[in-house]
Amino acid sequence: MPEEKKITPAERGAETSKEFDRRAFFVKLGLGSLSIATAGTAAFSYQFLSPNVLFEPSPIVNAGKPENYAVDSVTLDVNSGIYLIRAQEGFFSLSAVCTHLGCMTAWKPELGIIACPCHGSKFYVFEANKIPGEKIEGPAPRPLPWLQVLLSDEGDLMVDRSRQISPMKFLTV
Amino acid sequence: MAKTITNYFEELRGTRVWRSVFRSGTGSSTLHRALAVQQNVFLHLFSTKVRTRLLSFSATWYLGTLTFGTFLILVATGIPLMFYYHPSVPQAYADTKDLQFVVSSGLFLRNLHRWSAHAMVFLVFAHMFKVFYRGAYRAPREFNWVIGVILLLITLFLSYTGYLLPWDQLAFWAITVGSNIASAVPVMGNKVHFLMLGGNMVNANALLRFYVLHCMILPLVAILFVAVHFWRIRKDGGLYAHQSESKTVAANALPAAAQGVK
Repeated sequence: MPEEKKITPAERGAETSKEFDRRAFFVKLGLGSLSIATAGTAAFSYQFLSPNVLFEPSPIVNAGKPENYAVDSVTLDVNSGIYLIRAQEGFFSLSAVCTHLGCMTAWKPELGIIACPCHGSKFYVFEANKIPGEKIEGPAPRPLPWLQVLLSDEGDLMVDRSRQISPMKFLTV
Repeated sequence: MAKTITNYFEELRGTRVWRSVFRSGTGSSTLHRALAVQQNVFLHLFSTKVRTRLLSFSATWYLGTLTFGTFLILVATGIPLMFYYHPSVPQAYADTKDLQFVVSSGLFLRNLHRWSAHAMVFLVFAHMFKVFYRGAYRAPREFNWVIGVILLLITLFLSYTGYLLPWDQLAFWAITVGSNIASAVPVMGNKVHFLMLGGNMVNANALLRFYVLHCMILPLVAILFVAVHFWRIRKDGGLYAHQSESKTVAANALPAAAQGVK
């Protein structure tokens, strides 16, 4: 008959705690790998949902020959969302997208201002001592941004909608 | 004596096939009726007994039930609409017009879907006001109120995503405006806007994303939360009654076996 080994309560306690250590280790291991997997899934989901290729129109718009625009004229291109304006000082372009919530604004020749049909913001264009694009009234938080206007090699006016410039920079042809 | 329809139904309930599906058995004692509720996968979400007072119109105005009713109408009309609608830029608007003018009953289905959507938003708010002013949101029902708020948000998102699908000028500008509101979120606003639309502007990706959200993700999430919402009514002690209200139970004198089934 094999001799039974006597275990003191202290030893048993140590054994139990060792047992618990192993369990705690595996619990931590499990939770840790789950957290890593969750973080990975979140990262992959974010990347998956952000398109890498966009089929959106080019930000650069060809506005045609400068001589097509009369002095003191405002021309709205609805499709690209820009105004091409020829002032006495030269050409410049304003974004036609309202800075409030992104509606397409309209040029009001009878009032000489730009107005947004959605929530009633109004902007100056040819007012003396006012920067074109500055807000007259309404909820718009910022003036209409000035967009970069360049002259292409072929002599066409090109507007880069992705590039905002500081106001009062006119292009003279 | 000629058999009445009730007799035939009783006979049907006694058949082996019926008994294999519905386990509460024949008979119409209070116990059987309680078991019929408790042992049904759909009905077991609800209480097996309800106070008579709470079944009257004045207690709840049936607003929650009516909201769920509009949701069912929206599912029932939305699925047939999907058979004729392509969520693509060249086709979406034309399909919407075809549903109005070409598809048989398309006009009816689309209008019913639209009116029910409006009614559902109205009813959700009405339900919440009624619950709030009765004080039914208080302990132990706070968590169910929170679920209700989540359901309100899901309802609004369903409305919002559905608004883009006709792909007309109203839809385009409404979503342009709405998604720009999302850009106002601090720090991550532009990221949220980009992810929501799948691009920088309301375009093909946005239409497809809103379609998937509208027809798959949001309805599934809604059904999940609606189930929890109903189940919590039972778990929180049934429909709210003020302590001054009559305690008569609709099915009187429940047997002891059913009493324990709450």
